[in-house]
Amino acid sequence: MRKTKFKAIVIGVSLGGAKALQMILSALPEKFPVPIIIVQHISPHSDNYFVIHLNGLCKIKVKEAQEKEKAEAGTVYISPPNYHLLIEEDGTFSLSIEGRVNYSRPSVDVLFESAAYAYGTGLIGIILTGANNDGSKGLKKIQEEGGLSIVQDPKTAEAESMPKAAIAATETDYIVPLEKISELMIELCK
Amino acid sequence: MNKPDKENINIEIKLLLEAVFLKYGYDFRNYSQAHVKRRIMHRLSVSGCENITQMIHEVLYDQSFFNKLLLDLSINVTEMFRDPSFYQALRQKVIPNLKTYPFIKIWHAGCSTGEEAYSLAIILKEEGLYDKVQIYATDFNQLVLKKAKEGIYPINLIKEYTYNYQKSGGLNSFADYYNAKYDSVIIDTELKKNIVFADHNLVLDGVFGEMNLIICRNVLIYFNRELQDRVIKLFSDSLVHGGFLCLGSKENLRFSKYSNNFLDVEKNEKIYKKVAFVNESKSV
Ligand SMILES: C[S@@+](CC[C@H](N)C(=O)[O-])C[C@H]1O[C@@H](n2cnc3c(N)ncnc32)[C@H](O)[C@@H]1O
Repeated sequence: MRKTKFKAIVIGVSLGGAKALQMILSALPEKFPVPIIIVQHISPHSDNYFVIHLNGLCKIKVKEAQEKEKAEAGTVYISPPNYHLLIEEDGTFSLSIEGRVNYSRPSVDVLFESAAYAYGTGLIGIILTGANNDGSKGLKKIQEEGGLSIVQDPKTAEAESMPKAAIAATETDYIVPLEKISELMIELCK
Repeated sequence: MNKPDKENINIEIKLLLEAVFLKYGYDFRNYSQAHVKRRIMHRLSVSGCENITQMIHEVLYDQSFFNKLLLDLSINVTEMFRDPSFYQALRQKVIPNLKTYPFIKIWHAGCSTGEEAYSLAIILKEEGLYDKVQIYATDFNQLVLKKAKEGIYPINLIKEYTYNYQKSGGLNSFADYYNAKYDSVIIDTELKKNIVFADHNLVLDGVFGEMNLIICRNVLIYFNRELQDRVIKLFSDSLVHGGFLCLGSKENLRFSKYSNNFLDVEKNEKIYKKVAFVNESKSV
């Protein structure tokens, strides 16, 4: 296994995301050693019910990412609906209402690309279930900048096209079933 | 030659922004870096340029190249009645206060192609206030200001705008406010009557008169903290005591050194009120 210490994890998820995120995040310890930043495709009109629900369910703190807030270890940040989420090289969040990318706002590619610049070799990118191909370009970018890539085994995904597209676009480091992802995250960030 | 590394790319971006500033006076040096980098890399990939340094040359010698870059960097995406709950709060919490004034001045900063300004005009009309307001809608991009003045929008967006309008507490039929023609709609000229669209750059230009209400949504998200502070001070200085400031749903005054100049009116909708006595010593 590689020697670099990881500094952050980014996750992209779409259709089927509620279940997948619940399973992964509820298995993480309260003091997870790096920030976890998530883009989930949701309706532009949705409220933050899901974030509150997840926070109640998990040991680790879950909140909506706020602009200019600094991403801290032991916290899960979820993109607000109808905004793209970017991470700056100083580790703070930026938002944008730039048009949809891959028919999506927030878009996984937008977050992943900025995170790849911000964290370089210290980044882990994870693509989960989804019915489109958002995130595959971003995951490739993460790889180009020296980061590590993980994709949910499409056989275990509610919708397989997003993980399949990510696998096709990258030389994926780990392809793992949904129920093994949290374990791997804990192991890699030890 | 080696593949440009992150450090070199960041240096080249700085030089490009410097060139844009020196040549054209637009100052993007304090915009969100991640955003600027994303947009510049996008322009690089479609431009045929080899690298950012070559883009600097293009920017300096080809104004049309600069114009494209300006559009890339300024993000003119907008809609009518975006965030309907904001407009509802505006009706309930701000309009009743504005009604107490004989004449009302409103500054709509970063108005882009005008959709928000016309949304506001509709509300003011329905609340019986439109005839005593003057709206100054400003942006630093001439191209979008021209579109704003025309008030012509694609018809395929109307369904969503109608939905937003209804959710925002609209009192009439949304169709009353535009005329459809082929695949476009044109905003009712009555709504344009009291709106002046004008060029104003929030980074460089100064105070804009004594306003009762300032609306500036989804512009500050593109600025770094320093620049946000400059603009918030500008807004504070441009408001009458007790005047209102409305920001985008995901923007707030929390980190600003001028936050003490304002009180929350409606926290969730980012509506603030300038306090009666601003402690000037704090405003450096
Ligand atoms: C994303 S749009 C927001 C439009 C609208 N307020 C909304 O929320 O839907 C941002 C606008 O701010 C304008 N803008 C960016 N920097 C500016 C500056 N320094 N001065 C004035 N306008 C600026 C852009 O041209 C663009 O039209």
